[in-house]
Amino acid sequence: MTLPSYMPTIVDAIYFIAAVLFIWGLKRMSSPRTARRGIVWAGGGMAAAIIVTFFLPGIHNLGWMIGAIVVGVVISWIVGRRVPMTAMPQMVALFNGMGGGAAAAIGAVELIRFNVALKLVTTTLPVQPQAQATAAGHLGATELTLAFVGVLIGAVSFTGSLIAFAKLQGWMDRRFVFPLQRWVNLAIFIAAVVCGALALAAGIEGHAFAWGLLIAFFALALVFGIAMTLPIGGADMPVVISMYNAFTGLAVAFEGFVLQNEAMIIAGMVVGAAGTLLTQLMAKAMNRSLGNVLFGNFGAGGGAAQQEIAGALKPIDANDAAVMMAYAERVAIVPGYGMAVAQAQHKIWEFAKLLIERGVKVKFAIHPVAGRMPGHMNVLLAEAGVPYDLIEDMDDINPEFPNIDVALVIGANDVVNPVARTDKNSPIYGMPILDVAKAKNVIVIKRGRGKGFAGIENALFYADNTRMLYGDGQAAAGELVTGLKTLDA
Amino acid sequence: MITGFLALYIFMLAAFTGYEIISRVPVILHTPLMSGSNFVHGIVLVGAMVALGHARTSIEIAIGVVAVLLAAGNVAGGYVVTERMLEMFKTSKSEKSANK
Repeated sequence: MTLPSYMPTIVDAIYFIAAVLFIWGLKRMSSPRTARRGIVWAGGGMAAAIIVTFFLPGIHNLGWMIGAIVVGVVISWIVGRRVPMTAMPQMVALFNGMGGGAAAAIGAVELIRFNVALKLVTTTLPVQPQAQATAAGHLGATELTLAFVGVLIGAVSFTGSLIAFAKLQGWMDRRFVFPLQRWVNLAIFIAAVVCGALALAAGIEGHAFAWGLLIAFFALALVFGIAMTLPIGGADMPVVISMYNAFTGLAVAFEGFVLQNEAMIIAGMVVGAAGTLLTQLMAKAMNRSLGNVLFGNFGAGGGAAQQEIAGALKPIDANDAAVMMAYAERVAIVPGYGMAVAQAQHKIWEFAKLLIERGVKVKFAIHPVAGRMPGHMNVLLAEAGVPYDLIEDMDDINPEFPNIDVALVIGANDVVNPVARTDKNSPIYGMPILDVAKAKNVIVIKRGRGKGFAGIENALFYADNTRMLYGDGQAAAGELVTGLKTLDA
Repeated sequence: MITGFLALYIFMLAAFTGYEIISRVPVILHTPLMSGSNFVHGIVLVGAMVALGHARTSIEIAIGVVAVLLAAGNVAGGYVVTERMLEMFKTSKSEKSANK
C-alpha cells in the first residue's frame, strides 16, 4: 500500500482532535444534562483515531489486526449490552483489566523487538555503540524505563481487575488470607522489580538481556496483581477497581510514550489522574484510607470486642407497613444494593408514586456508596424512572431524619448501621452513615436475618422504633403496593 | 519526537486536566464517569495496532494479536456500558419533564 507522504501529519492531526474530544467528552460527562452526549463525543474521537491508525506508514499484519478487532468488539459489545445494570461494576473491572492487559502486551512486543534487534547487532558486528543505538530503534533509556514500568502497572491491573471481576461476580466469595501474606506479596513485588531492573540496566547499556529475565518479570508482575487483590474483601472492591482503572490509564500513557503516540499519552494520563482522584473520593466516602483497603485486615479480628446488641427483632406485615406509610406525612426511602439485586426498584418507585398521589412527601435517601460504587444507586433509580429532585444525598437528608415519620430501608445494611457512630470497636466505626435510626419509625425490608456485606450485626434492626418486613425485596415491595391499593378500594 | 521535559510537561498538564474534570463531578455521576474514563483509556487499541502493525516474528505477532483483541474489548465494552448507564439519565429526565 503506498500512502501519500503527508499521511503521518494527517494521522497526528486526527490524534490531536481525538485527544481534545476525549477531554471534552469527559467534561460533558461530568454533568447529568450533557453526560450522554459526552460519551458520544469521546466515542467519535475514538473511532477516528482507530481508523486513521490503519493509514500509518509501515503497518503490516492487517488481516490479523482486523480479525482481532472484530472479534474483540463483537464479544464485548454483546456482553456489554446484555449484562444487567446491577452487574455494571464488575463489567467496568473486566473491561478495565482488558485495557491493562493490552498495555502490558504492547510493552512486551516493544521490549521483544528491542532485544531481538540488539541481539542481532551484538552477534554480527564487533562492539559499535552507534550501530547498537540504531538497531535498538527509538528506545532510549527513558523509553525503555517507561516500557518496563508500563508493563508492570498494566500487568498488575490486568490480573488484579480479573480477580476483582470474579469476586463481584460471585465466582470467588472467599477472601484468601494467610499469615505473612503482606510479606509474601512484598517479596513477589520486589522480585518482579529486580528482574525488570536487571533487564532494564542491561538494555540501557546496550547489551541484550536474557529472555528468562523478561519472562520472569512478566510472570511475577501478573502474579503480583492476583496476590495483591486476593485478600481484599468484596466491600472494598469498588475502590480497588477504581484504582486499577487509574493504573491502566498510567500504563497506557507510559506505553504511549514508548510508541511516541500523543493521543495515548494524553488520554492515558487524564484517566490516570482522574482515576486517582476518584479512588480517593470513594475511599473517603467509605471512611477507608487506600492503605487500609490494600493492606488492612477488614473484618478480621476485633469481632470479639464488639458490643453486644440488646433488643429483639420485631416483625411487621406488609399491609400494616403500607398503612403506616399511607398516613405518614414524610417518608424517606433508603435503598441499598440488596434492592437492586432483588430488582425491586421498579416496584418501589410504583409504591412511592402511590404515596405521592396520597400527598405523602417522599424522598429517596442515598448513601455515597449505596450500591457498589458512588453513584451506582442513582443509576439504578434512574433506570426505574425516579426523578432527580426526589433523590437526596446523605449530607442533605441527614439533618431531616428526626422529622421523618417513616424511613423505609430496603436492601441497605451497613450504611444505616448506627454502630458506625457508637461502637469504637466496630470495623465500620467512623464510616459516615445515614441517620435512619433518628426517624420516628423505621421499616426494614430484608430477606432474612443475615448480616450485611461487611459481616457486622446491625443495631438499627434491634431498635425500639424499628419493624422488620421479611421477604424478598421485589415481593415485599409488591405487597406494599397491593396494601396501598386495597386501602383505597 | 517527544523527549525529556516536553514529555514531562505533557504528563503534568494531562494529569492536571484529569484531576480538574473529576473534581467537579456530582456523586451521582461517579460510576458512569469511571466507566467513561475506562472507555477513554481504550485508546490503548491504537497502540496495540501500532505494535502489531510493526511486529515481525511470530511471537511478536501472537502477543500483538492478544493486545489488539484485549484493547478492542476495552473500547467496545467501555462504550456500550457507559452509554447504557447514561441513557438512563436521559429517560428519567424526559419522563420528569413529561410529568410536569
